[in-house]
Amino acid sequence: MRTNLRRLLPAALLGGAAMLAGGGAIAQDTVFLSTQLRPVEEATKMRQIILRDAPGRVTYVVDEPAPMTTRMQAELQGGSRTVSVVGAAHGELLPLMDFDGLEPVGDLAARLADRGIPAPLMESAKLGKDAPRYIPWMQATYIMVADKRALAHLPAGADVNALTYAQLAQWGRNLQERTGRRLIGFPGGPTGLMNRFFQGFLYPSYTGGLVTTFRSAEAEAMWADFKALWATVNPSSTSYNFMQEPLMGEEVWVAFDHVARVIEALRTAPDRFVTFPAPAGPKGRGYMAVVAGLGIVKGAPNRAGAEALIEYMTRPATQVRVAAEFGFFPVVKAQLPADLAPGVKLAAEGVDKTQTARDALVSLLPIGLGARGGEFNKVFIDTFTRIVIRNEPIRAVLDAEAQNLRAIMTATNAPCWAPDPASTGACPVN
Amino acid sequence: MPARSPYLPYLLIAPSILFLAVFFLWPFAQTVVMAFTVDGQTSTGNFARMAADLNFWPAMGNTFALVIVVVPLQVALALTMAVMIQKMTTGRDIVLWIWTIPLGISDLAAGLAWLAILSNNGYFNTVLFHLGIISGPTGWLSYETPLTLFFAVVVAEVWRATALVFVILVAGLQLIPKEYAEAAEVFGASPWQRFRHVTLPLLKPSLQSALILRTVLAFEVFAVAYALGGRNIPILVGEAYTWMNANQNTGVAAAYAGVVLLVSLASTIVWLRVIRVRREHLP
Repeated sequence: MRTNLRRLLPAALLGGAAMLAGGGAIAQDTVFLSTQLRPVEEATKMRQIILRDAPGRVTYVVDEPAPMTTRMQAELQGGSRTVSVVGAAHGELLPLMDFDGLEPVGDLAARLADRGIPAPLMESAKLGKDAPRYIPWMQATYIMVADKRALAHLPAGADVNALTYAQLAQWGRNLQERTGRRLIGFPGGPTGLMNRFFQGFLYPSYTGGLVTTFRSAEAEAMWADFKALWATVNPSSTSYNFMQEPLMGEEVWVAFDHVARVIEALRTAPDRFVTFPAPAGPKGRGYMAVVAGLGIVKGAPNRAGAEALIEYMTRPATQVRVAAEFGFFPVVKAQLPADLAPGVKLAAEGVDKTQTARDALVSLLPIGLGARGGEFNKVFIDTFTRIVIRNEPIRAVLDAEAQNLRAIMTATNAPCWAPDPASTGACPVN
Repeated sequence: MPARSPYLPYLLIAPSILFLAVFFLWPFAQTVVMAFTVDGQTSTGNFARMAADLNFWPAMGNTFALVIVVVPLQVALALTMAVMIQKMTTGRDIVLWIWTIPLGISDLAAGLAWLAILSNNGYFNTVLFHLGIISGPTGWLSYETPLTLFFAVVVAEVWRATALVFVILVAGLQLIPKEYAEAAEVFGASPWQRFRHVTLPLLKPSLQSALILRTVLAFEVFAVAYALGGRNIPILVGEAYTWMNANQNTGVAAAYAGVVLLVSLASTIVWLRVIRVRREHLP
């Protein structure tokens, strides 16, 4: 039962912390549970810098997404609630709706209307209900980072800010021929976010869709191209979780990852790196928008404190500070200061170039999959493993994995999300 | 002296029984139920999914290969170490202490320590680089080098868990009265004969415990392989962890846990049969 213990231990510790916080003497505390900004350094900054000026007393605790869901469900069922505000990525808040774990926050959203949160973000914050269930908190996306030395090896005529996948493959070949090393890297480790590369970047760029086009002829061509590209990718990529380390360690010169997972490299050596959008395929430059939100837990012990905290977190000044500290960008109208640290500025540029690219093709994080989100990710990682690592025939793998994908979509009855065209009922795997 | 109640022994073991019931039997029963439940229905679907998964047979193969390589290595090493330390007079305690240090290190920490040694820019590569054997960062732990990755996990496991076998065998050796060896020596037995025909048979009970414990723990190997290989070397407990945490499917995770349990039980029975301890062998 070791696995269970591992899973429960953080929850138990959290429970301890939360119980302390819920004690009578400091009943005005607002317990803020977050799946974001989890590493010790980030959590400490959150407590000491960001939340220092927050209204009332706020206890900031962190947990991984899956235990967070388990804990929220347990608190709701057990009737002893300690957490008032939960901060998590959009896709991590969704499973909470399986047991109706978030209060509607329409009133709060109306009061914060002047903050200028984009309407599409507010719309997806409804989580399929009538009223929003969370207030958008911060956003990010995935970018490419390259060591400046790699730029000399770009294929002739290629613009780093408007690369195609064919050019990226050629770049990788050039690098390998001229340095003898495979210098492109992807975060394919156990906790890396490579699944998002397939879902939000590669598939939309090549097929214009994701679920509907999973086993299309375009997808077949895409995997053949990607397999060819992989020949120039550092084989340690299946162990990389955060690309900032191999970038700093010069194991790779060109990398794709979530902006928060390369920010340390950009911060440490802003002069060494450039940031640019992910490549484009035949259907456009696919990119995935990542939004984290702040929700109020059903039956929150401190609703007033929760609302005050969310109001504070969405103030432009707080949002700018969060951007400067963590590289997550504002969801509200806020001017990033000119004296932003050079590393954060680089990251912001990468995000901006991605969002404003002429051929940008936005996709959302999976919606409506609930706890099946994990198995959804597995379909893409397994497809990759079978085709690229284990050399299985592309068509057969796509057909086999399409069945797994179809089973997930049918079981959850999740309708399509961008870039797949809207569907009535479960999103079909054509 | 007051008369002892016949219930006293039961009273004394009650807390441990209760502890086991709450923290072992109950979760165990729950796991079995989970393994046989799909969407609220009783089903063997979780086992079917597990067996059809791309990582199941590789995980099975890797786990068994690790057990088959690691356990005999550890027993041989631990036996050698234990016999060596028996012969020491000065400094015995220091050596004993140093050899058991890995016992106090968590398996994940051990895995991370070996990762720092064996990673692309690790100490091992630095040494090789300075010796002129390699010209730059060389991967030993990638999917392209399954043999060196396997070997790395073996080395880390041997380093980490040999001490456990060692401690059991040292204790076992100390229980053997010196008279047996002395008597054998009087009859002209060589050191090897004394070890083979006196020490080893009398050590059987300890060997049996050590083998059972080590084999069961070896089937549960997780953190070291996870730290060193991640996805590159699937193992049974690692898959259970992935299904539980990343894939959020408790049913298939429970099915994996069931397989690990069955395999561990089977290995225990094998050792109980293979190394029969007869009463006259008890020292």
